[in-house]
Amino acid sequence: MKLKVAKQVLSANDAVAAQNRARLDAAGILAVNLMASPGAGKTSLILATAERLPNAVPIGVIEGDLASRIDADLVAAHGIPVTQINTGGSCHLDAPMIQTALEQLPLEGIRLLFIENVGNLVCPAEFALGSHLSVVVASVPEGHDKPYKYPGMFARSDAVVLNKTDVLGVFDFDLAYFERGLRMVNPSAPLFVLSCRTGQGLDGWVTWLLHRLDDRAKPSIPTAS
Amino acid sequence: MLLEILEQNYLMHELAVTENILALALEAAQQANARRITAINLVIGDLSSFVDESVQFYFDLLSRGTIAEGAVLRFRREHAVAICRTCGHQFQVSPPLLPICPNCGDHYLEVKGGQGVAVDSIEVSDGDEAESSETGSQC
Ligand SMILES: Nc1nc2c(ncn2[C@@H]2O[C@H](COP(=O)(O)OP(=O)(O)O)[C@@H](O)[C@H]2O)c(=O)[nH]1
Ligand SMILES: [Mg+2]
Ligand SMILES: [Zn+2]
Repeated sequence: MKLKVAKQVLSANDAVAAQNRARLDAAGILAVNLMASPGAGKTSLILATAERLPNAVPIGVIEGDLASRIDADLVAAHGIPVTQINTGGSCHLDAPMIQTALEQLPLEGIRLLFIENVGNLVCPAEFALGSHLSVVVASVPEGHDKPYKYPGMFARSDAVVLNKTDVLGVFDFDLAYFERGLRMVNPSAPLFVLSCRTGQGLDGWVTWLLHRLDDRAKPSIPTAS
Repeated sequence: MLLEILEQNYLMHELAVTENILALALEAAQQANARRITAINLVIGDLSSFVDESVQFYFDLLSRGTIAEGAVLRFRREHAVAICRTCGHQFQVSPPLLPICPNCGDHYLEVKGGQGVAVDSIEVSDGDEAESSETGSQC
């Protein structure tokens, strides 16, 4: 006998993600899930962004890492509230891990929360965390073929950052090719081409984040009919 | 125990997914008072990161001692489709994506679908009956 199930496999994770979202919303926090290969510049982007945000936007960070505390210590050294999740070998963060991490952060003092996912372009995007925005960070040394190789990741992103443009001259990185690949799977996500090292292009990214914060702060306008 | 060793050293994302597949299947079987799960029909998007062999591997480990032990996993791939914005040609794609349209050679393409991972249905028996579903069609 055949029984219809018709359920998304990760629905249990999605349910916890929805609880996390409610928690974040109640605290007035905008949460950003940063996903990238190891070394693309997630931690650098968090620190460079923190430097440029107005004081009125205090940030917090959840660091996901296979085993180390290196990134968390670095972030903490900048006076940013941070909590570390060691996934113990898991290649992605999931919603229950974030649920636990949220318990450990002083949520009242945070308006913008960065979640640094495990360095991996394969699967993290498939595990909802409850964040408001998913951002993929790619970087010039990785090459311009990433959207073609990991389309699922780019398809689910709300914005894409291309980091390390200061080394564009050293690599045969074809920006137009990269962008075409991104547009194949994601026609609308803004692309921020920047360098955390030099700071070039960071303003556009920070402005976009501030707009997303504003969008959240405003009560939704009822559509006139 | 093997699973603990796996969890500590090499926890692939398929483990998480397979745990959920098994839980959904057991829940559906329980609700129908089924005694045995003989097959699980899955739909996996071609753009998802889940590899059939890996899901099967974890399933064989996780299902031991449950009513799903020995169940057949059937994978139906949900294909992603690329549409050429220049000539309208449509073709099936999987990663790595083809950067140009095989019909007109232009490179303005749009890719849709292929992202879901779902349990479509399960096949169950009461345990006493002959298991007739074994040769059932592929979903
Ligand atoms: N040249 C250059 N190096 C960068 C840039 N951003 C980060 N890096 C370097 O790339 C390495 C990895 O950065 P990190 O932020 O730790 O990457 P994560 O693993 O994604 O968190 C570090 O050595 C950074 O200093 C950049 O814009 N340009
Ligand atoms: Mg890092
Ligand atoms: Zn064409």
